[in-house]
Amino acid sequence: MSEVIKIKKGLDIRLKGKADNVFGQAQLPDLFAIKPTDFQGVVPKMVIKEGEKVKAGSVLFYDKYQPDVKFVSPVSGELKAVIRGERRKILEVVIKSDGNNESLDFGTSDIAGLGRDAVVKRLLEAGAWPYLRQRPYDIIARIDDTPKAIFISGFDSAPLAPDYDFILTGKEKEFQAGVDILNKLAEQVHIGINDEAASKVYNNTKGVNIHRFNGPHPAGNVGIQIGQVMPLNKGDLIWTLQPQEVAAIGKLFTTGKPDFERTIVVAGSEIKKPVYFHTILGAAISPYIKNNLNTSENIRLISGNVLTGSQISDDGYLGFYHSQFTAIPEGDEYEFMGWAAPGFGKYSISRSFFSWMCPKKEYRLNANMHGGKRAIVVSGEYEKVLPMDIMAEQLFKAILVEDIDKMEQLGIYELAEEDVALCEFVCTSKMNLQKILRDGIDLMIKELG
Amino acid sequence: MKALRNFIDNIKPHFEKGGKFEKLHSTFDAFETLLFVPNTTNKNGVHVRDAMDMKRTMAIVVLALVPALLFGIWNAGYQHFMATGQEADFWPMVLHGFLKVFPIIIVSYGTGLAIEFLFAQLRGHEVNEGFLVSGMLIPLVLPVDIPLWMVAVATAFAVVIGKEVFGGTGMNIWNPALLARAFLFFAYPAHMSGDTIWISGLTSGEGIVDGYSGATALGAAVTSGNVDKFSIMDSFLGVIPGSIGETSTLAILIGAIILIYTGIGSWRIMLSVFAGGFLMALGFNAIGSTPLMQIPALHHMVLGGFAFGAVFMATDPVSATRTVRGKYIYGFLIGVLSIMIRVFNPAYPEGVMLAILLMNTFAPLIDHFVVESNIKRRLKRASVNA
Repeated sequence: MSEVIKIKKGLDIRLKGKADNVFGQAQLPDLFAIKPTDFQGVVPKMVIKEGEKVKAGSVLFYDKYQPDVKFVSPVSGELKAVIRGERRKILEVVIKSDGNNESLDFGTSDIAGLGRDAVVKRLLEAGAWPYLRQRPYDIIARIDDTPKAIFISGFDSAPLAPDYDFILTGKEKEFQAGVDILNKLAEQVHIGINDEAASKVYNNTKGVNIHRFNGPHPAGNVGIQIGQVMPLNKGDLIWTLQPQEVAAIGKLFTTGKPDFERTIVVAGSEIKKPVYFHTILGAAISPYIKNNLNTSENIRLISGNVLTGSQISDDGYLGFYHSQFTAIPEGDEYEFMGWAAPGFGKYSISRSFFSWMCPKKEYRLNANMHGGKRAIVVSGEYEKVLPMDIMAEQLFKAILVEDIDKMEQLGIYELAEEDVALCEFVCTSKMNLQKILRDGIDLMIKELG
Repeated sequence: MKALRNFIDNIKPHFEKGGKFEKLHSTFDAFETLLFVPNTTNKNGVHVRDAMDMKRTMAIVVLALVPALLFGIWNAGYQHFMATGQEADFWPMVLHGFLKVFPIIIVSYGTGLAIEFLFAQLRGHEVNEGFLVSGMLIPLVLPVDIPLWMVAVATAFAVVIGKEVFGGTGMNIWNPALLARAFLFFAYPAHMSGDTIWISGLTSGEGIVDGYSGATALGAAVTSGNVDKFSIMDSFLGVIPGSIGETSTLAILIGAIILIYTGIGSWRIMLSVFAGGFLMALGFNAIGSTPLMQIPALHHMVLGGFAFGAVFMATDPVSATRTVRGKYIYGFLIGVLSIMIRVFNPAYPEGVMLAILLMNTFAPLIDHFVVESNIKRRLKRASVNA
């Protein structure tokens, strides 16, 4: 039994609408989409045209900068539309499913006998490579790199996040196979698990280093866990991926077919019955919110969680890295003298609203900004929710003035957007810190490669 | 409320781009957002936000100042009637103090907000809430007999030179309220020091009890060499002459509790100011070569503006250090310097103001070294692992 790593800083935002560990029934949607915007830094080049037939595993597009990294269709059917935004930037590649779920077969072979090159090749051709993301920068791993370790966070501590213990139950074999594959890519595979959960699947997995974590969000963020176990220094490289992706890789190698089945949680205060669903990557949200939404006011639909997810419309799709749909009130209304009200129903990390009197209460938070953007005034807010030895405010200021040396010195390599999401949540000045961090990372990539 | 909202929605187009009063957009926006929290929602990044915003932050600080203000109002009346030897009940005292203090507050807010609005208008950005606090702090650190025009001049100086030239709230180097006081202190010393200004009516001298001195404790200490007239209890409760809001350590402590409990004021700074001051005073006690050095350490804490400065001035997040360790150093040095200036420089018995302004100046330097140590730690980690 390994030692428990205690995370003290952080914040569990108690939201209404947490899902029970049960499955709901819903028809699979007709439409699925892969959104190139989910992949940082990727410039998509389409391979097929609208109307062409695809199978699950057929290549849709590849990355201009890493042509070997392919993005494939999660279902069989035909390419329905390529939705473009400003300057013809591709936003969504939409596939209409034929319901047959035919997939390409890449053949099986004995995992133990596979070499690293064969593994890399298979991951690339089957569209599984984008699961691997690298730290620093939180972008898709580069093919020629060998990371010093692969790190998996076994749990998600974000608000209303899915319980991977529950999701992975029954997928022990695939998960083990996935870990065996990952062990061919890097010397060590690490998993961070929740000390308070049973984590049966993880504890029974062989060939991994297990680290137990205890504490509030962001304890489940892989970046925070890496920071505790093997903090990233300049020049270090670690790859990360999520538990369901490990199982998907395992299934790809044991069955020969790419696996895009996912279990997702549909949660949030505006969902009538928050439960789990079996679905497929890139699924449209429509069947999961049909007759399942409280419709008294405008609703914000999110693919992912309320801190890092992306806003989608009611015909939007599940993001590539997401295992969660969330619905919260939009909150696009004026509030009379809201800043002066006692605020019993308002959530704040500071105790300036009377809601501190009910610490166990679950909140129905909306997407309102609760104030205007200002210059940074209050100090020491970010450090309270960032369990790393990083001076967040100074780092953000370095990014804003584009001082690359300072960014590097202050630890930008150790951070990804999700790690600073809580800082953004608590920011009195309502800064968009995740965006600022990504701009800084983009600048680093541009200048340093 | 619906009617008010409808009214605002009706007139709003006039203040938008292309409207009749487009130039007054900032002003309109300030009033609109004061009345209604805007309906803007998060677009990218986090979808939910903490309910805390700048208005709430500033409002809480003003709330924390209220005990000191109320006590100051009463004390202004109390001191006046004591000096004139009249008997008076509670309410007449409050009324007298109110009539003295309220105009100062009006002038301070009026001048400051007018300038804030003007600058926001010229720059085309939203009006910042920072002055809500400064506008209350300025009256509280002034003597009650201050001429109103001086309040206006000092406020204008503090807002323009202290804040707007640097880019507004969040960018300033010195605490604007202290800057206002320092400005008056050096520009009009006759109105900012001496024995008569601290009690209303004493300057004109009408009907004053013969031989009554209105000196503050520190002023008296400089001339007579001791503070025996001002017991620790009186000083703690605040029934002594002094700037309007600074006398009652008790009222200030109530404010401190509000600030610390809500998490808005830095307890690190407050604690270390008191620690620094107390240790410095103890040190002087041990030497004890001048009468000022012999003032007991605990007594130092409740005299003059020490407590007020520690709780409300040193903790201004913009002009203070911003790093955790920096806050301890910054606060400690403020405490040390305050007592040192008090004891060594009889011309400026009120050392807190100068100590805080001095440390405001050095705050970025302290932060620099704290940040450097973080950078070094990271480099060291890298070379150990390599």
